[in-house]
Amino acid sequence: MIRRLAATTLTCMALTAPAAMADVVLADVAELSGAGAAAGAVWHDGVKMAVEEINASGGILGEMIDLKEYDSQTDPQNSRAMVQKAIDEGAYVLLGTVYSSSTVVNMLVAQQNGVPQLTGSESPTITAKGNPYIFRTAFGAQKGLPKLVSYLKDGLGAEKIAVVWANTEFGKGGYDAFMSIADEQGLEIVADVSTEQGQVDFAADVTKVKGSGADAVFVYLTEEESARFLIEAEKQGLELPLGGDTVLVSQKVIDLAGGAADGAFGHVGLSAEAPVPAIQEMAARFQEIYGYSADHNAIKGYIGVYVVKYVTEQIGEFDREKFAETLHGLCLSAADYPGVLMDVCWDETGEMSRESFLVEVVDGSQEITESLPAN
Amino acid sequence: MSEFIQLIVSGLSTGSIYALAAVGFTLLWQASQTINFAQGEFVMVPAFFVLVLTVKMGLPVWLAMPLAVILAVLILGALFKRLIVEPMFRHGTIPLVIATIALGILLKEMVKEFYSPLGQPFPSLFPQTVLKIGNASISVPDIANLIIAMGTIFALQLFLSGTRTGRSMQATAQNPDVAQILGVDIKRMVLYTFLINGALAAIASILITPIYLAKFSNGETLGLVAFIAAIVGGFNQIRGALVGGLLLGVIDNLSAAYFSSEYRQALPMLLLIVIILVRPQGLLGTAEGRTV
Amino acid sequence: MTTKMVRILFPLAALALLVLIPLGQGNYIIYVMTSWLMFSIAAMGLNLTLGYAGQISLAQASFMGIGAYITALLTLAGYHWVVGWVAAMGACFGIGLLLGYPALRVQHHFLAFVTLAFNTLVFLVLRNEEWLTGGNHGLVGMPRPSFFGISTGKNLEFYYFVLILFVISAAVFYWIVNSPWGRAFKALRENPVRAESLGVDTRRITLLAFAIGSAFGGGAGAIMSPLVQFIEPGSFALVHSLKILLMVVVGGAGLFYGPMLGAAVVILLPEFLRFTEGYYLMIYAALVIVLMVYSPTGLIGLGTKLWQQIRPQSEVRKDMSKGAQL
Repeated sequence: MIRRLAATTLTCMALTAPAAMADVVLADVAELSGAGAAAGAVWHDGVKMAVEEINASGGILGEMIDLKEYDSQTDPQNSRAMVQKAIDEGAYVLLGTVYSSSTVVNMLVAQQNGVPQLTGSESPTITAKGNPYIFRTAFGAQKGLPKLVSYLKDGLGAEKIAVVWANTEFGKGGYDAFMSIADEQGLEIVADVSTEQGQVDFAADVTKVKGSGADAVFVYLTEEESARFLIEAEKQGLELPLGGDTVLVSQKVIDLAGGAADGAFGHVGLSAEAPVPAIQEMAARFQEIYGYSADHNAIKGYIGVYVVKYVTEQIGEFDREKFAETLHGLCLSAADYPGVLMDVCWDETGEMSRESFLVEVVDGSQEITESLPAN
Repeated sequence: MSEFIQLIVSGLSTGSIYALAAVGFTLLWQASQTINFAQGEFVMVPAFFVLVLTVKMGLPVWLAMPLAVILAVLILGALFKRLIVEPMFRHGTIPLVIATIALGILLKEMVKEFYSPLGQPFPSLFPQTVLKIGNASISVPDIANLIIAMGTIFALQLFLSGTRTGRSMQATAQNPDVAQILGVDIKRMVLYTFLINGALAAIASILITPIYLAKFSNGETLGLVAFIAAIVGGFNQIRGALVGGLLLGVIDNLSAAYFSSEYRQALPMLLLIVIILVRPQGLLGTAEGRTV
Repeated sequence: MTTKMVRILFPLAALALLVLIPLGQGNYIIYVMTSWLMFSIAAMGLNLTLGYAGQISLAQASFMGIGAYITALLTLAGYHWVVGWVAAMGACFGIGLLLGYPALRVQHHFLAFVTLAFNTLVFLVLRNEEWLTGGNHGLVGMPRPSFFGISTGKNLEFYYFVLILFVISAAVFYWIVNSPWGRAFKALRENPVRAESLGVDTRRITLLAFAIGSAFGGGAGAIMSPLVQFIEPGSFALVHSLKILLMVVVGGAGLFYGPMLGAAVVILLPEFLRFTEGYYLMIYAALVIVLMVYSPTGLIGLGTKLWQQIRPQSEVRKDMSKGAQL
């Protein structure tokens, strides 16, 4: 009788909570609250979606993924504590964080403990520190920006540039990268406008750009701030070409800024609108499950989980050391490994490369003007 | 010159919104010694009332906006007073400060969790037509914000000094004991103040959100600025809060353009410190007003 | 058991627990406990300002920041941590005097506004003066100190090191509130007018309370540098000052154990509520509001209240309220 009861209980547990029976723990440390919640929450949904897909099709090496989530509260100190906690709780691989200011701190803990970490951060500094356990899911700003700078210079013939950037860890990374490339390329910076996180009034910033005599503007802000800047720029009749990266031409900014986003262009690493069938299918499924449209953060999280699966299956066991070794210098093609969505390679520092796009906003939607090869 | 006009007009437009929030802030302080650290969130939330009513429930915008004001008056006014301020009246200032800090977190988290962590576009009451004055671009919403905000504050001023209820409210704020002896229903007067604050917050929210976009974290900066505007202008005067708000809007733009964009937030802070040292009652405040 | 014995035995028992608990725990638990001790020190300082002198300071995080950066710069330049620690506390004490003197000259709640502005200014300087502070990228890699050949590099070692600092801080705090100064604070809090008429220089005492409280903040910051081994301006923004304020009031302002309890709650409660996933901050905020409505004297006040309900004898009640208030 007791045995039967136990057996029934076990069956019930197996039916209702497959995750509880799982063996391999993946930890997602993300910005689920605080200033970065907009980015972190979307990343987390991308991660969840991939985990569910993988578990539905048999898991990794036959083992289900037990996904644990940890909220960094967009606080670097707290993210460090959370990474420590995730490691104490047996994380096989870490996913996150999205904000660079958190990743620079918590990757030290992952390194000390020898746990591979797939981050969504794009700040150049992350792969420049010689940490053998950190891997990107999207290439760093220093890889994307040269492509934008050469477009500004050769494509548009611009010589004088105004720079509008967010004075945060995120914005500073892009700003520094842009400034050094612009310097190499001989571009003159005629206005250097720093803005605050959560700034709402961009009148002074646009006025400054307008009066600077620039030929083109480089905009490196987060989503809402980008939209506010574009709206104000349209209002003041700023006629200059506005260029940026993934964020400036993202669907979110277009939705927020409306017509004001038309004409903005940017260099995009990942985009739900990319002319890649696999990404568009993924974005459609995402929309169906979560009720809003996927952005680059969702795709980063999604790819991250699949990378864990593919690399682990290549080495044939759950071994963190071998995982990190294998991923360095690895290339995964989308044809053989559909979960990575696009062909992708990692180098010895954990930096990655992938095809990218030059995008312009036309009539409220992204239009790919050029596909740029991986570098 | 046109650059200067541009900065001044934009600053006044933004500043008029700060003023609305700052006036409400001042009213609450006068009536009940409530230092409302959730004031920024009070301005953030009504925009989401509108969004819930239009996007989720399909109501037309012209109906949703007045409904949102009513909801704000009921929830951010009456309910706030009834559930949080009233039970803590006798505990003094500090517990109430803590409770409003917690309330700010609560409102922010609720919007984020139950609506969206992402910014949302918001319908505008006015056409986005741009008028040119020289080289300066002034949009219709800029002017409308300024006129509506100033109009609201002057109407409030008239109400307070020109009607019986308004004068009773002022009496309650200045000296509740005497007011009570004179037969003023001070409980009711304090309630009115909270209702007015809810309405002011909702108006500010509807005016500002088309430009600022609706986002759960919008209250953080706004609350701080309203707070500073109220102190700079004079904590015991409504017109002080008005002047403080407009001043901060203009200073923010001028300092970003001519002083340093990296230190644009510093100037209001320095102004605050200087005012406290030189003229602690605020620019327009009166010294004999109640001590803060 | 007499109250006196409780007063001696309780801290000893608590200390024994603090020594024993982290043994055999994972790194995360040890890290969280170290961080709790650090915030307790900062909250203790604010308790002196708020709970004893009755002044709201909204700049405790910026004092932690000043302390953390001073310590970081000095230790990175090769000086011993102790030099940084002393410099951090000294600088914060001095800044506290400079800031508090004019603010307290006017009316009473004005210190709150001045400190509010000060916190934002400190953040801006830390962020913008990149040549000194590393700007947005902050400072990385501060070494953990060693004393007479004993290293504090490992997490558990560092925990005991911070525990020692915590005990020293608590002892100093206890000494202050029970010294003639401290009795002046209490007189001040209970009846400022009477205190003044009895010859207590209200302003000087309040100013000193604020400066010493700020120095405690600097001391806590000096611990943060080697603990996290990374500091950036965002960790010292206004929200963190509000967080420390929350610790003091939630625990019980003006009570010796209040800030320690409050710090534990603020740091650990999100941990206990984590099973609620996205809702924990909401629940936490709602709990704080409810607590403030029912017990403005914080958790210790609430505990005392409940105790009185269970044992309504006046004898016990007198003892308890005394015990909780030192």
